[in-house]
Amino acid sequence: MLTQILTFLIFFAVVGCILYGRRLIRTEKVDAVFGNPERALGGTHWVIVGSSFLLLIWLYYSWDIAKGFYPKSANELCQVAKVNDSLLGLKYQFPIEEREFKSTSQIKKENKNLRIIQSEIQNSEELSSQQKTILTSYIRKTNQLIPLLTNEDLLENETKQKIDDITGKINLLTENFKKPDYPFETEQELNKRLEDVNKEGGWGITKVDAGSGSIENTLEVPLVPATYRGLKFHTAAQELNLISDEFFKLRNHNPQFKSKIKELKDEIKSYRKDLNDNEEVASTYAKNIIKIARRIEFASIYPPNALDKMQAAIIKFENAQIDAQGGLRLIDIFLFPAGTIVASGPSCSEQGSGRWLPKPSDTFNKFILMSKPSVGYKDIPLLWIQMVDVSKMIGFILPDWIADILPGEYPVHTKDGIVKQNFKGGVLKIVTGDFNLLKVPVPYGHIWDSFLRVFLGLVFGILIGVPLGLFMGLNRFAKGFFDPLIELYRPVPPLAWAPLIISVLGIDNTGKVFLLFMVSLSIMIISARAGASGTQLSKIHAAHSLGASKKQILRHVIFPNSLPEILTGIRVAVGMCWGTLVAAEFLAGTTGIGFVENVAKKYFQYEVIWITIFIMGMLGLLFDITLRKIIDKTIPWRGKG
Amino acid sequence: MSDLISQNLNMIFKTPKGETVHALKDLNFTLKKGELLTVLGPSGCGKTTLLNITAGFIRPTSGNITLNNKEIDGPGVERGMVFQQGALFEWLTVAENVNFGLRMKKKDPIETQKKVDEWLEIVGLKGFGNTPTYQLSGGMQQRVALARCLINDPDLILMDEPLGALDALTREKMQSLVLKIWKETGKTIILITHSVEEALLLGERLYVMAPRPGRIHKEYNLPFASMGLKEDLREIKKNKEFSEKREEILEMIWNMEEEIMGKDN
Repeated sequence: MLTQILTFLIFFAVVGCILYGRRLIRTEKVDAVFGNPERALGGTHWVIVGSSFLLLIWLYYSWDIAKGFYPKSANELCQVAKVNDSLLGLKYQFPIEEREFKSTSQIKKENKNLRIIQSEIQNSEELSSQQKTILTSYIRKTNQLIPLLTNEDLLENETKQKIDDITGKINLLTENFKKPDYPFETEQELNKRLEDVNKEGGWGITKVDAGSGSIENTLEVPLVPATYRGLKFHTAAQELNLISDEFFKLRNHNPQFKSKIKELKDEIKSYRKDLNDNEEVASTYAKNIIKIARRIEFASIYPPNALDKMQAAIIKFENAQIDAQGGLRLIDIFLFPAGTIVASGPSCSEQGSGRWLPKPSDTFNKFILMSKPSVGYKDIPLLWIQMVDVSKMIGFILPDWIADILPGEYPVHTKDGIVKQNFKGGVLKIVTGDFNLLKVPVPYGHIWDSFLRVFLGLVFGILIGVPLGLFMGLNRFAKGFFDPLIELYRPVPPLAWAPLIISVLGIDNTGKVFLLFMVSLSIMIISARAGASGTQLSKIHAAHSLGASKKQILRHVIFPNSLPEILTGIRVAVGMCWGTLVAAEFLAGTTGIGFVENVAKKYFQYEVIWITIFIMGMLGLLFDITLRKIIDKTIPWRGKG
Repeated sequence: MSDLISQNLNMIFKTPKGETVHALKDLNFTLKKGELLTVLGPSGCGKTTLLNITAGFIRPTSGNITLNNKEIDGPGVERGMVFQQGALFEWLTVAENVNFGLRMKKKDPIETQKKVDEWLEIVGLKGFGNTPTYQLSGGMQQRVALARCLINDPDLILMDEPLGALDALTREKMQSLVLKIWKETGKTIILITHSVEEALLLGERLYVMAPRPGRIHKEYNLPFASMGLKEDLREIKKNKEFSEKREEILEMIWNMEEEIMGKDN
């Protein structure tokens, strides 16, 4: 419903904006000059057109428009696909979709294989001439099996009868299929089917059991035929499966063929048995020849015109089923671009752009679902709040050795089995967080974890990088001393460090925060250094002659003067950290947006993948906008000094 | 005795190529309290070096320079400096720039505020206290630089081509302001300039310096500065004596330039 409205809205928006834009162009034509940058200003209507096109392409190629306007189409196409799937084996026997009869191509293939073996045997240096003669005779005998199958005169009446039977069944099915009330469904069957349909749900994510806490139990395309047209195809497919099974069970083996192949098999068997261990090559060739003989035996090779009637019957059915599809074919062609619904065995799936490009409606539904703290992803919400004991946090922040370095001993139990608390023991309780205090809400979840990692890495990078960078910008020793270190590790792509750091510091936060710290540190050092060394000498002179001390000059002149560079550095560092983090979470970890995407990839959860992409984009944008705001607020003089 | 006394001041630079440049040679002069000295000369004659030494940013190679009988061996509050481009701190407002020196000395903020207001009024920037400096015009920026320097109550004010980057009209206004401040405060001022007219108009005394080695070529005692306190500056420029002096000095500098560059130019 929403998709339909959205599609129409987009359509009208695009048309309206294009008309408005054209009118504007016409009125401006007179006074505007090519190359005037003013001409690029404004143009909200083109923004609407651009984003509408983007949305439209998404809606179209994810097949959401098909879903919106023809919600049952996927189910019907699934039934059609079932028919195609059942018919496929039979069709491949004939030059309907292939270029030649299956029998022809099989004969060609095996003849070629025999020729290859023949020439290999002739040129082999490990075979004696006697062995060559024997093996060549086997090849000849295998080759002579083929005419026994393709000779019409040798075709048994029983086989002929069975072929006619199968042809008759196909023709009957075609006749029945053309009848309007074909599957002859009873009321009882109808009710049962509708009940099943209802249970199964519609196309896309229409029925998700959010209570179970899982987002994985969704069905792509419903299987049970929901419409009468679908039922026709469904039933036909089932019948075709039986017919096809019957055909492939049929063997064109006349008594002559049977005796010849038995003879050959026995011969080769006894020959191989008599061979010595050192005559393995001959044995292998004999084995390969018998393999080809077996393939010929089971290849459904028939005389040239024996299956003509069957071919005609199949083509007739094919035409009948295409006719029965009617408008569905148009929907398939126009609303299922770059792919269609494909059945394989018992299940149907989207194959093509609809598969990896999730429908906006599905994505939205799934996002809503994932946002629920009770669902989340892998039992962890995307972003939620939990109550955490303040004592736990204190215990986490304060290092335990504070208690260790205090004078005295930890309490020892008395002989009555009583432990008397002393001061040192009390301190230990505090630093390990073993006490009760109020609880405070703390955010947690995948998004928060990712955010926190970037934030911490960045903060540590700034805290160490900025002072060090300023120092390096002002002091020859510091510059010379730290430069080699930084220049050695900086040009290495951050991710190249990731495996090392993760294996040393663990897959949890420590490793990632340290990795991000490394990323931000070099950027902050370089930008702070550039800021410090870029301070105009006259400003420092002025500060000196105004009576400022060295410390004051650093604090009140050099630092604020470096702020533009430092803040720009932070902006760059945030971008770098964000990119590195997601990749690092790909490598290892149990939480974070990158982790979610990585797991979703493993289970082909395309909606989740797109949701994570979207979340990452939004967060990146949010970081950048926030920083831009901060930059505009704190250094308004930038570029104007 | 609050004089600025220079004795045998020598400054020799070594260029990275290893050449030695004699920027100042045996400079001897005395500047009495309350005098306004303008220094003029072709480029490379050591004007700025002299100023930097006086400010204490660099040490002379030999000789010494004393202010109030105290040898100058580093930058100090008693020698305020005004730079060509203002060298304002653009992250501070006008008022914050002006009270920078007092803030560094951790003076009482209320008293400071009063002084800032006073000085802003003197330099004609009343009401601009909260304006960010990057929004000011060049002339206004120089006014802020002047106020910032003067609020520290220095004994000596050093000006390094303070009006060089201003347009003609603003320049004239600023020249009057400099004279006004000189008169009102009675400070000793050394002003370096490229403009002969400016040097004549403002300088109670005028040194024309010559390059290679940098030295004082000629010294003038001029009446125009004290005239400028009463008269319009443009009237003085029409003065016959002023024109003669101007031509004389211009000729002198031309000759120096020709000596350096060669006659052909």
